[in-house]
Amino acid sequence: MNDIHSVVLIAVIAAVTIILRFLPFVIFNGKREVPKYIIFLGDKLPYAIIGMLIIYCLRNVSFGAVSDWLPSFLSIIIVVVIHIWKRNTLLSIIVGTFVYMFLVQTVFV
Amino acid sequence: MKRKAIIKKAFIKSLPVMAAYVILGMGFGILMNDRGYGPVWSIACSVFIYAGSMQYITADLLAAAVSPLYAAIMTLMVNARHLFYGISMIGKYRNIGKFKPYLIFGLTDETYSLLCDNKDYPSQKKDTQLYCFLVTLFDHSYWVIGTALGAIIGTLLDFNSKGIDFSMTALFVTVFVEQWITSKEQRCALVGIGSAIICLIIFGESNFLIPTMLLITLLLSISYRKRGRSDE
Repeated sequence: MNDIHSVVLIAVIAAVTIILRFLPFVIFNGKREVPKYIIFLGDKLPYAIIGMLIIYCLRNVSFGAVSDWLPSFLSIIIVVVIHIWKRNTLLSIIVGTFVYMFLVQTVFV
Repeated sequence: MKRKAIIKKAFIKSLPVMAAYVILGMGFGILMNDRGYGPVWSIACSVFIYAGSMQYITADLLAAAVSPLYAAIMTLMVNARHLFYGISMIGKYRNIGKFKPYLIFGLTDETYSLLCDNKDYPSQKKDTQLYCFLVTLFDHSYWVIGTALGAIIGTLLDFNSKGIDFSMTALFVTVFVEQWITSKEQRCALVGIGSAIICLIIFGESNFLIPTMLLITLLLSISYRKRGRSDE
């Protein structure tokens, strides 16, 4: 870990985020119409990207020993069930993370 | 409307986001600490990047010291949705006044959800400016305060943080479930998961994200062209 490299990464991530937020206001300043294809991608992309991000989070899970995948698997089921039941994002995240930490620290050490 | 009344209105509007941002911000502060990045780093991220999911991923990108290009492409894909928030706010923010650059900078998922419906805006146009600015500023403050709390707790308490990174997985799973229940885009969600699994198997865990994003864009474009044809 090199501090300068980290500063560069944070600056790049901040800059790209800022560009994305400003771009529509710069391009479509009321005169030009937004292409249908862009509106379509804007509608659909968020759903696909979230699915991808879940797999991204689980990329290091191996399917060797049961203790490798069972904690993630169980905790995700708990998050899904609690979320369907209560529809409270914070509650789902806190309970899910607590269960996962408990499992990896005490049950499947 | 009196200045005080506008402040009160904006504060009340922002309350639901306060709870979410303080806690998620704390999670980020703790996670960064866990990855070896103290309060200065995590607070800088929350002030300048100010994008929840992306910051959780940033913690990983920093720890893995990825290339700037990789970080840029990753940010582009994860935050592309902000383009579309922007598109839907162009009209409402057209003559919003001197705070406009900050309002655009602070247009996160949650702030967007508070401000996208202009039925809640103050009736006087000149009050709207201050109202939108305050809602945006309050949200940003909650996020930074939460991050600082998390980072400090992470340094002070020497607790076993093993597994804390699951908070990121849990965040995405709740968003996924919420979208699954409230929208009709289940097919898109499956396209995302399916593409990611296929590319993970083919390209391996350190190289699969960019191929996945390309595959998702390709599949969505195919469905756009099909839909276009069926519309005619």
